Amino acid sequence: MPKSASQFFDEMQLNAVDVRDIYSAYNKWLQNVPYQQLATKRAEAEVLFRRVGITFNVYGEEDGAERLIPFDVIPRLISAKEWAKLSAGAIQRVRALNMFLHDIYHKQEIIHAGVVPASILANSQYRPEMFGVDVPNQIYAHIAGIDLVRTSESQFYVLEDNLRTPSGVSYMLEDRKMMMRLFPELFRKYSIAPVEHYPQVLLNNLRAVAQPGVHDPTVVLLSPGAYNSAYFEHAFIAQQMGIELVEGQDLFVRNNAVYMRTTQGPQRIDVIYRRIDDDYIDPLVFNANSMLGVPGLLSVYRNGGVTLANAVGTGVADDKATYIHVPAMIKFYLGEEPLLENVPTYELSKEDDLQYVLAHLDELVVKEVQGSGGYGMLVGPAASKKEIEEFRLRILSSPSSYIAQPTLALSTCPTLVEKGIAPRHVDLRPFVLSGKTVTLVPGALCRVALKEGSLVVNSSQGGGTKDTWVLEERTEEKLLQGIEATEAITKNTKLVASVC
Amino acid sequence: MLSRTADHLYWMARSIERAENMARVLDVTYNMSLVPNAAESEAGLWLPALEISGNVDAYERDYEEYLAADVIHFLAMDMNNPSSIYSALRSARENARAVRVAMTSETWENINALWLEFGQFIGQDLTKSGLREFCDWVKARSHLFRGVSFGTMLRDDAFNFVRLGTFIERADNTARLLDVKYHLLLPEQEEVGGAVDYYEWSAVLRSVSAFQAYQKIFSDTIVPWRVAELLVLRCDMPRSLHACFDEITTILEQLSGVRSSESKRLAGELHAKLHYGKMNDIFQNGLHEFLSDFIESNNMLGSEIQRTFLNAAVN
Repeated sequence: MPKSASQFFDEMQLNAVDVRDIYSAYNKWLQNVPYQQLATKRAEAEVLFRRVGITFNVYGEEDGAERLIPFDVIPRLISAKEWAKLSAGAIQRVRALNMFLHDIYHKQEIIHAGVVPASILANSQYRPEMFGVDVPNQIYAHIAGIDLVRTSESQFYVLEDNLRTPSGVSYMLEDRKMMMRLFPELFRKYSIAPVEHYPQVLLNNLRAVAQPGVHDPTVVLLSPGAYNSAYFEHAFIAQQMGIELVEGQDLFVRNNAVYMRTTQGPQRIDVIYRRIDDDYIDPLVFNANSMLGVPGLLSVYRNGGVTLANAVGTGVADDKATYIHVPAMIKFYLGEEPLLENVPTYELSKEDDLQYVLAHLDELVVKEVQGSGGYGMLVGPAASKKEIEEFRLRILSSPSSYIAQPTLALSTCPTLVEKGIAPRHVDLRPFVLSGKTVTLVPGALCRVALKEGSLVVNSSQGGGTKDTWVLEERTEEKLLQGIEATEAITKNTKLVASVC
Repeated sequence: MLSRTADHLYWMARSIERAENMARVLDVTYNMSLVPNAAESEAGLWLPALEISGNVDAYERDYEEYLAADVIHFLAMDMNNPSSIYSALRSARENARAVRVAMTSETWENINALWLEFGQFIGQDLTKSGLREFCDWVKARSHLFRGVSFGTMLRDDAFNFVRLGTFIERADNTARLLDVKYHLLLPEQEEVGGAVDYYEWSAVLRSVSAFQAYQKIFSDTIVPWRVAELLVLRCDMPRSLHACFDEITTILEQLSGVRSSESKRLAGELHAKLHYGKMNDIFQNGLHEFLSDFIESNNMLGSEIQRTFLNAAVN
């Protein structure tokens, strides 16, 4: 039996009567807004999202069937203090992961030191082609989505690191735009940290990782094209950054350089923000049937003729088999204690863990390593006896291919549903940007499982999104930010002036 | 800019312009059908509409007679007809979606909304009074598209390719319209100025929003050669061939560079004919011959633009 929602930590309700401090003002406001008004706002949002075309494609269906990811009008609130802790933890994690990636493709000291087993080199996501290749600033994961879940007032866990081509940031930006449109009065009342500068920060970082000697780098976003499910996001981010959105067919390789075909002839490209997986990026090296990639791209990349973000081969660092070692990596590379915890994980290659997991299959989540997307996965509490027994046999045939974790009691957040406002489970994906600096904007993609009791937040399975508000205290800190913003504007004006 | 992006923008604009012109043809043909004795038969009335669209063969493959309802369906809604309004708007939206970042969000949202709104007409019987509203809607959305792109887009290459598509398509459509109408009418109409003639030619003028302009400029009976002059040589008439080529040559000038030289030459040659040409000479050598040549040269220019800018080769 799943626990009833009230047994979970709720982002708003402390108990049946009281709300958490951070929500007190919002709750007062919410109490005075009739359900119908919120429902109307939600309908308005849907019309706007459809008009803007913020849809994801469902393969094989007609145009009319482009779907919207449901948007919830009730935001998730996070205090500046909580955020400071989360963001420091995420930054620390990404720094260590980038150091790990550099190390694993160079001296492999972490393996020699015995902190991470050598078996990691046999992982299918480890790309031997990258061995000895130097990438600018030693950054591999320029964009990292760190999935966080919360189980109590003080307990956050990192569920997963996404270091390949993490998506969802367009929802962070569009949900914010929508909330400002629907509820401007709340933005006056609260001091909500802005997220709108994300594309600018990303562009600055991408420009900063061009190969040494490139002065005014040309950055492009490489997308699989309009039929990809995340196409809206690719188009949106490219537009926000003012860079070309290219497809494989637009690019070609000549004399150790990558060019795009333009109406004025070939133009050299320095940095590619690619949203195509490693496997499809260069048919000469990886999947030979790929029509999406650019033949010869990897050879130029290895010779330092172009920068790819994220780098090729980052998948080895976000694999479930590697995840277990991230806290140790942080200690090894940074000499720091991890600020964010991993979900306790049983490694089935260890005899003790294996015995424990086999005895508790009905309460655990068992995942296959070297895979992503929830294919070889068992959710014990939701599985039938038959499924558990079948999975037991699979584990026994190859224990080291699996890890297991307790079923987490994901926190809930008030959400507008058919019958009114009810708690629904949420997670949080902030995006860490590395290049010149390692930073993140104060906001995140917040995914919500709209089905009652469901812990699955994926959009493919009925998940929706919420805006995430990091609430700043009105202090001189804000004043300082105002000054920084002015400086940024002055700088941009100069840039524009020099272009004209 | 990216050749592929330019290609999508160019064809997006051409498709919308095509849909608008198709709606104009449907609209006037339908109006003519309300005038007694305008044409001796349903076929005599509706076949020219098909000829203007240049799709008689495709029609004859799928339909038997030239019935009003069938021709209207074929030109407005038939998914198998690549020149139907349905196909044109669908292609406009698909092209737009592929390069939505290359235009302003207002322009993109406008085209997306156009396609979403178009859904209301699918499955409706357009022959029952709905046709007028439908044609008005298509024209209004096309006006809106030009207004939004003109009013919001940066004056860069992207904007130029959008405009280029609009005017290449418009020049083609105006020339076809005039050719079909002139070709059909003139040999039989010895006496100019009859009632039917007046209706037919005023309908042609209305179909290119030139009726009021005609009255204003000539304030006289509507006669075919003046209609032709207005739609071919007058540079102040926005849908005339001359006006289209004023725009096209200016745009090609702005898309300068060695790559554009052959397109520039072709466009300049056509422009000179329209700019310095005399209506008398054109009539002497045959208007039909002039218009056929024009349509062919305009197509060649289209291919040259395609080759130079849009399918840019590696070298």
